[in-house]
Amino acid sequence: MTQKTHSRADARELIRLDDASLVRNGHAVWEHISTSICAGEFIAVLGPNGSGKTSLLKALLGLLPLDRGTIQIDGRPPRRGNRRIGYIPQQKNFDPYVPIRGRDLVQLGVDGHQYGLTTNPKAAAHVNKIIREVGAAKYANTPIGLLSGGEQQRLRIAQALVSEPDMLLCDEPLLSLDLASQRSITKLIHDYRTRTNAAVLFVTHEINPVLPWVDRVLYLANGRWVIDTPDNVLQAKTLTNLYGTPVEVVRIKDRVLVVGAEDAAEAGVHHHQEEV
Amino acid sequence: MNLHLYVTQAFAQHALIAAALVAVMCGVIGPFVISRGMAFAVHGTSELAFTGAAAGLLIANNPIAGAFGGAAIVATLLATLGGRERERDATIGVVLAFGLGIGVLLLSHYHGFATAATNILFGNIFGVSAGQLLLLLGIGIAVLVGMLGIYRPLLFASVDPDVAMARGIPVRLLSLAFLFMLALTVTAAAQVVGTLLVLSLAITPAAAAQRLATRPLTITLLSIGFALVASVGGLLASLASGNVKPSIFVTVISFGLYVFARVIGPSRTRR
Repeated sequence: MTQKTHSRADARELIRLDDASLVRNGHAVWEHISTSICAGEFIAVLGPNGSGKTSLLKALLGLLPLDRGTIQIDGRPPRRGNRRIGYIPQQKNFDPYVPIRGRDLVQLGVDGHQYGLTTNPKAAAHVNKIIREVGAAKYANTPIGLLSGGEQQRLRIAQALVSEPDMLLCDEPLLSLDLASQRSITKLIHDYRTRTNAAVLFVTHEINPVLPWVDRVLYLANGRWVIDTPDNVLQAKTLTNLYGTPVEVVRIKDRVLVVGAEDAAEAGVHHHQEEV
Repeated sequence: MNLHLYVTQAFAQHALIAAALVAVMCGVIGPFVISRGMAFAVHGTSELAFTGAAAGLLIANNPIAGAFGGAAIVATLLATLGGRERERDATIGVVLAFGLGIGVLLLSHYHGFATAATNILFGNIFGVSAGQLLLLLGIGIAVLVGMLGIYRPLLFASVDPDVAMARGIPVRLLSLAFLFMLALTVTAAAQVVGTLLVLSLAITPAAAAQRLATRPLTITLLSIGFALVASVGGLLASLASGNVKPSIFVTVISFGLYVFARVIGPSRTRR
C-alpha cells in the first residue's frame, strides 16, 4: 500500500485537542483525546455508529461544548461561524422542490450568513470559478433537487471551498454515493488540500475510497480512541485493544476489511445515536 | 354601478391599499412557506386567527385585534411545542381542532350582526376602517422590513439547515422570527380573503412562481406579482360584479394563475 505521509515537522499546527472529553447520558462518548492536526494533513475519522464522530466535528465547529479538556483552532477556542473552517455535511439528497439552483447553494457559501440584501459584486465571478473547478458548470443552473447525489455533493464541496477555508470538516460525504462518485469526490477534497495545504478531517464509515490519500486515521470506539498511520491503526491488535473484543483486519489487494467491529460495537455498553 | 365610480370612494381605496399590501407580504412569505414545508402551519394559524377574531368580536367588538392576538398565541405555541416537522404538524392538528371548536362556541354567544361571522371566515376587506388600515400598514411594513433583513440567512437555514448551523447562523432564532412574521402575514391576509382562504394568497402564488422560475429572487418577485394580480384583481372584479365577495375572485384568479403556470412551465425534469 502506498503511504503519502506528510512530514509533520515543518507543518503548522491548526487543530489541537487536550484531554478533550464528551459525556452524554452519563457515559463518555470519547474521552482524554489529546492530539494535534497540522496544515496539509488528511485525517480519516473512523468508528462505529454512536462513537461520536459527528459530535467531534460539532465540537470543532463550536456547536457542542466539551465536558472536559480543550480544543484549540489555530490557537483559539472553537467558535460558531468560523470562516476558516469549511463544512461538508452527510450526503443527503435535496428535496426535488427546494427552490434553489446549484449556483445558489454555492453563493450561500459566500454570503448566506449576511443579513440585509447588499451583495459583493466580485462574488459571482468567484462562485463561477469554484463551480468550474469542481466540474459542476454543466448543471449549476439546474434546480438542485433534480441533480444526482454525486452532482449535489460536488456542489456542496464547492460551497465549502468557496470561502477558501484552511480546515475542511467532512461528515460522511460519500454516504450512498456510487463508487465512481466516491472516488471523484474524495479526489476533489484531496486536490484542494494539496493545492492550499488545508487540513482535512474526513468522517467515514468506509475507509477504502479515501485510503490512498489518508495520512493518519483517528479511530473512535467505545469511548476510546487511537490516532496513527493507517497501517498502524488498521490492524487486528490495535482494533482488538480499542474495541475490547476480537476484531480481525483482512487485506485483499489494496482493500482493507475490518471484520467483527460492527458486532463489537452493537454489543458495546454505550450505543447512542449519532445525532445531537 | 361603474367600476371607476367605486375606485374614487374612500372605502374602495382603503380596500385596494390593504389588498396590495397583503399581496406583497404573502408573496414574500410564500416561497419560504413552501421550502420550509409549513403549508399546514399557515392553515392552522389562520384557523386560530378565526378563534381570536371571534373572541375579539365578542369581547371588544374588534375582530382584527382578536385575530392578531390569536395568531400570536399560535406562533408562540408552535415555537415552544413544535420540535421536528412531523411533531409540529401533529401539534398544529391538535391545537387547530380545539381552537376551531372554541371559535364556534364563542360565535354562538355573539348576537350582533349575522354577517360578522361570515366576514371572519371569508373576509371583509370593504369594511376596513382608516384606523384598521393604519394598523395593517404598520404590521405590513414591519414584516417586509424584517423579511428583507433576514432573507439570505433564512433562505440558507430553510434549504440547508445543517450547513447553515455549522456556519454559525442562528437557525432556531430565525425559525422563531419567521413563525411570528408568518402569523402576522396570515392574519393580515385573512382580512382580505378570510381565515378559511388564506392559503390562496400565502401558498398558491408562490407555488405557481416555483413552476416558472428556478432563481430564488425571481421566484419571490413572481410570487409577489401573482399575489398582487390575484388580490387586487379579485377586489376589482368584486367591485365590478356588485355583490360577489372579493375572496371568491381572489381564490379563482390565484388558482387560475397556478394552473396557467403548471401548463406553460417547463416540466420539472433535468435540463
